[in-house]
Amino acid sequence: MLSVRGLDVYYGGIHALRGLSLDVSEGEIVTLIGSNGAGKSTTLKTLSGLVRPSAGSITFRGAEIIAERPHRIVARGMSHVPEGRRVFANLTVAENLDLGAYQRRDRAGIREDLARTYHIFPRLEERRSQRAGTLSGGEQQMLAIGRALMSRPRLLLLDEPSLGLAPRVVSSIFTIIREINQAGTTVLLVEQNAHLALEIAHRGYVIETGEIVLTDTGPKLLGNAQVKRAYLGEAA
Amino acid sequence: MSDQTQTAGGAQPPSSPLPGNWFDIQARSYAEWMFWVHLLILQPPGFVVGLLFVVRCATPEGKAVGTRLLKFSLVGPGVAILIGAALRFVSTQPYLSFILVRVGIWVILATSLNLINGITGQFSLGHMGFAAVGGYTAASITVLLGPRLGVDPANPGPADPLVFFAALVCGGVAASVAGVLVGLPTLRLRGDYLAIATLGFGEIVRVALLNIPALGGAAGFKGIPSFTTLSWATLWAVAAVLVVRNIRFSRHGRALLAVREDEVAAEAMGVDTVRYKVRAFTIGAFFAGVAGGLLGHYITILVPKEFGFLNSIEVVVMVVLGGMGSITGSVLAAAGLTYLSEALRAVGDVRMILYSLLLILLMLTRPQGLLGQIELGRDSVRRLRALLGKWRRGRAPAKEETPG
Repeated sequence: MLSVRGLDVYYGGIHALRGLSLDVSEGEIVTLIGSNGAGKSTTLKTLSGLVRPSAGSITFRGAEIIAERPHRIVARGMSHVPEGRRVFANLTVAENLDLGAYQRRDRAGIREDLARTYHIFPRLEERRSQRAGTLSGGEQQMLAIGRALMSRPRLLLLDEPSLGLAPRVVSSIFTIIREINQAGTTVLLVEQNAHLALEIAHRGYVIETGEIVLTDTGPKLLGNAQVKRAYLGEAA
Repeated sequence: MSDQTQTAGGAQPPSSPLPGNWFDIQARSYAEWMFWVHLLILQPPGFVVGLLFVVRCATPEGKAVGTRLLKFSLVGPGVAILIGAALRFVSTQPYLSFILVRVGIWVILATSLNLINGITGQFSLGHMGFAAVGGYTAASITVLLGPRLGVDPANPGPADPLVFFAALVCGGVAASVAGVLVGLPTLRLRGDYLAIATLGFGEIVRVALLNIPALGGAAGFKGIPSFTTLSWATLWAVAAVLVVRNIRFSRHGRALLAVREDEVAAEAMGVDTVRYKVRAFTIGAFFAGVAGGLLGHYITILVPKEFGFLNSIEVVVMVVLGGMGSITGSVLAAAGLTYLSEALRAVGDVRMILYSLLLILLMLTRPQGLLGQIELGRDSVRRLRALLGKWRRGRAPAKEETPG
């Protein structure tokens, strides 16, 4: 579904991604783990067109999308839940969700997806006429994910959904991510919480200073001594 | 028609068939016409059909349609009477109509800036620059091109309203072009930087006008025909408000709000932020240009000083005072401040101090502006009722509250 080859990204003089390559197949949850500043968010931003790479190729559903603007990439079926949620604070929950379906014209389909989103996140339905800025962190994260789902994406990019949330909220969000995936949406998940991410992921990539250093299936990475030492805080 | 056919036998009718102020006459008679249309044509069938719906329909939806029809058939003629009476009254009051024309012009400026500043969140301090471009363009057309199109400043003719309308539209378009020219290079700028760049644009326009002798320079562009009347100002003010309102509540309006709220997130949602920012600047600048044209044809002279950044800031003040993004807020603030500045004319420049005090006071007590994001309209009655209900329930002993 998604194939990235030799991606190079510079921020001014800083070489943020160095020839990064990764693959995501239809129906998978793939996770990208790594420490602060390793290039996880940059990778997602480059995929969704928010950051321009200087070299490399990104093939999404058979088409080269490397030079495309973000709104074109959304139209192709990729939806990005940015880091830190970034909900539209002064708009209501319902308006936020409407904006997720901004590019769509099929009213019946939008209504259907709205019902589905409210089914996944009943909290959002309770608060649909409330301003998004007044929601709790967990609810905002739900809203950010729901908003991204409203474009009916084939591939969902999730950037640190656990950021700043209470452990119980995090685990419920991860359960939901797995459910969304089981309903047919492919997921590329970036996380600092490596343990949780690897538990639900089919495959994982470990990124260090802009390069993929390790890749394997989720369970195997969980058991990998190097990963345990560096990211899971366990003695190997 | 009949007396025209009688004189048509001669070489040419001695006087024009239409008076020079036919637009105003039409506008006034339109209001009266609307009254009769409402009373005789819309009201009776609306009343009957509405009543039928209410009585015969079993479903709540049908009853709702019926009540809406009933309300419309009763309120419509009332509103038409009010507007007709108001127009009649104002036309006999020169000072009031003078103030109302100014109010109209500032309402256009404030609403159009609200689109750029309040709704799209692009802080622009050069709104008067667009007004200057539009005003000078419109004035150039009526003064330089007008005589060839049958405009004689000393002698009102039937061509005047048409030429004036075309001149205003051209002024608006010229301002729009300026809007795109400013918009494109400054799109990368945000917040303070955009404010400084637009401030620079406004000043460039002002200084350029000072140094073009053909447009009057510092002494001003004189001899502009006095075309702007209350009807013109009202027409354009209503047009500006309606256009901005319709944009605000459309899918595009939501995209503009998304740009204001969080540009990166808007982009991630698939909103083409560049295009929307340029659109906001184009449409906002168009109406600012029209307002400039109206101003020039009202006071019959355009002076570059009028379009300095102090006045640009005054427009910003109106938008902020009314509440960023609230269209009714902009209208109320523009009307209130225009009236205030006329009322305070006696104290001269002290009014700027009063202005500042008012703003400081407002920012301390109500940082979101008078109306915040609220729009006054049909909804607010419902909201008020809900609020009242809540307040009543709050006072009643809270027994209904059950856990769970």
